[in-house]
Amino acid sequence: MNRPLTLVVPVKHVPDAQGERVLSGDPPVLERGPGILSELDEYALEAALQLVEASGGAEAGHRVLALTVGPADAAAALKRALQLGADAGVHVLDDALAGSDAWVTARVLAAAVERIAEEESRPVDLVLTGMASTDGETSLVPGQLADRLGLAHVGFASSLALAEDGATLTATRHTGTEVLELVAPLPALVAVTDRANTPRYPNFKAIMAAKKKPVRTWSAADLGLGPGDVGLAGSLTRVLEAVPRPPRTAGEVVVDEGEGGIRLAEFLVARKLV
Amino acid sequence: MTTTLVVLDTTERLRRGDRELLVLARSLGEAHAALPAAPGDGLLDELAGHGVAAVHVPAAGPGDRLTTPAVALAAAAARAGGARTVLLPNTPEAKDVAARLGVRLEAGVITDAVGLDTDLVATKSVLAGGWTTRCRATSPVLVATVRPNSVELPAELPTELPAGADRPAVHVHEVEDTVPAARVVGRTELPASGRPALGEARVVVAGGRGTGGDFGPLEELADVLGGAIGASRAAVDAGWIGPEAQVGQTGRTVSPQLYVSCGISGAVQQRAGMQTARVIVAVNKDEQAPVLEIADLGIVGDLKKVLPQAVEHLRSLRG
Repeated sequence: MNRPLTLVVPVKHVPDAQGERVLSGDPPVLERGPGILSELDEYALEAALQLVEASGGAEAGHRVLALTVGPADAAAALKRALQLGADAGVHVLDDALAGSDAWVTARVLAAAVERIAEEESRPVDLVLTGMASTDGETSLVPGQLADRLGLAHVGFASSLALAEDGATLTATRHTGTEVLELVAPLPALVAVTDRANTPRYPNFKAIMAAKKKPVRTWSAADLGLGPGDVGLAGSLTRVLEAVPRPPRTAGEVVVDEGEGGIRLAEFLVARKLV
Repeated sequence: MTTTLVVLDTTERLRRGDRELLVLARSLGEAHAALPAAPGDGLLDELAGHGVAAVHVPAAGPGDRLTTPAVALAAAAARAGGARTVLLPNTPEAKDVAARLGVRLEAGVITDAVGLDTDLVATKSVLAGGWTTRCRATSPVLVATVRPNSVELPAELPTELPAGADRPAVHVHEVEDTVPAARVVGRTELPASGRPALGEARVVVAGGRGTGGDFGPLEELADVLGGAIGASRAAVDAGWIGPEAQVGQTGRTVSPQLYVSCGISGAVQQRAGMQTARVIVAVNKDEQAPVLEIADLGIVGDLKKVLPQAVEHLRSLRG
């Protein structure tokens, strides 16, 4: 691989799934407390870093840019991405973006990827995403972004590698019944699953180095998008109502004293589950 | 009369999930189906039995291109049939199709729907099953992916052409699919277990660290119940079972009628994948295991004793 590559990794700042998550307001939106980089995005970032490292590293002129769309505190997700090894960050920051659905998010990301190509004065070769965000969980943004940018698209990839020719990539994808081997021309978009790799932890040196990495901040208007294009106004889906699932309660707990299996079988029969 | 297009990926027989989509489509009005290639008479008869009025197929087969042929056909079929709603399964493959179809049709897309009423308001499960929302599209067309086991099927499933009915009209579309795409250059079948697919199974028997790597007792129970095998991330990471079996937030989310959790402590991530199951049974040695707090029946004991005894008892009850 002798051509310098430009890789973009969209990352999302999300509420920690380990804590309590609450939808509130009208229309209901997810309350934003202290957040984290969406765990599934770490696999995309790791995949980008491994591809670069396998192709001569930063010395070969490859660039990995982390891109986020979100409020001011989404800068924390970018910071984490820079600590993990991205070379630079782009933050699309605009109050008008609040409440954006997948349609708007893909539209904003597509405009930002095109702007990145302009500013870098070279095309974006590869967009790498997680398989879903851990809050919205729709898995729609990768496919919508690929369609808008006219990129070859591999969703739910369990591995990927660049081909020697520098013009194509190979990937695998698990369906319920088979493993697909795939080839895609660059430029491409690949959404990776959590089987793709094991994300690294940043070391002290990387954390210090991240402080010097540049972050560009753009508004929706900088990307040519008006107030009616983004946020709730630009979205094609509306949440009307949100209710918490009634908490599951403990049922009967039986300590096995030799009859536990029979008890289990009788329970299934009584509940008409056999 | 509103028209609903159901995008299927079969050309042979209908599976349970396909039938659920067709029943849902008929509850909304007229139903059309898009298929990846021309169907045989058997499938056309089944579709007629579900009241499908028209079938849309591409003039040429899908070839080796990933995702985009189904998108191009569904877009052409939705436009030709004047579809107000497009329904797809909730699989990863279909979600990729739904995403791109949403862009082509300028349609709002709703994933993980568990219901859709005649006002086209969808009910969906969000935040790993912790919340339920009602939502709708503001666009003229709605694209929705529907979770399996969301729609009640009639007791008698149609398998043949109803008396006096005609087979649905088959519309052949010359689809334009020239956008860049990934190509499938190899396929390896995963070993077939003879069990239902994890995402669609009505019963899931799942194992974790407490199995010690031996899924034998779980497989026996799954087979007597007609269920699928699932696993916690710990069991997958230990290499005891393939990643396709993982249930949890970053694996597959399942909503079966019955989930039997065996030797899984039930950390937040694992719970997230199964908490919308109708009934949960847990077998665990540890009486402090968090899974016992959400199980309808918890058995504190050794799964290697409890499961075989349950299997034996169920078999004896069947005679």
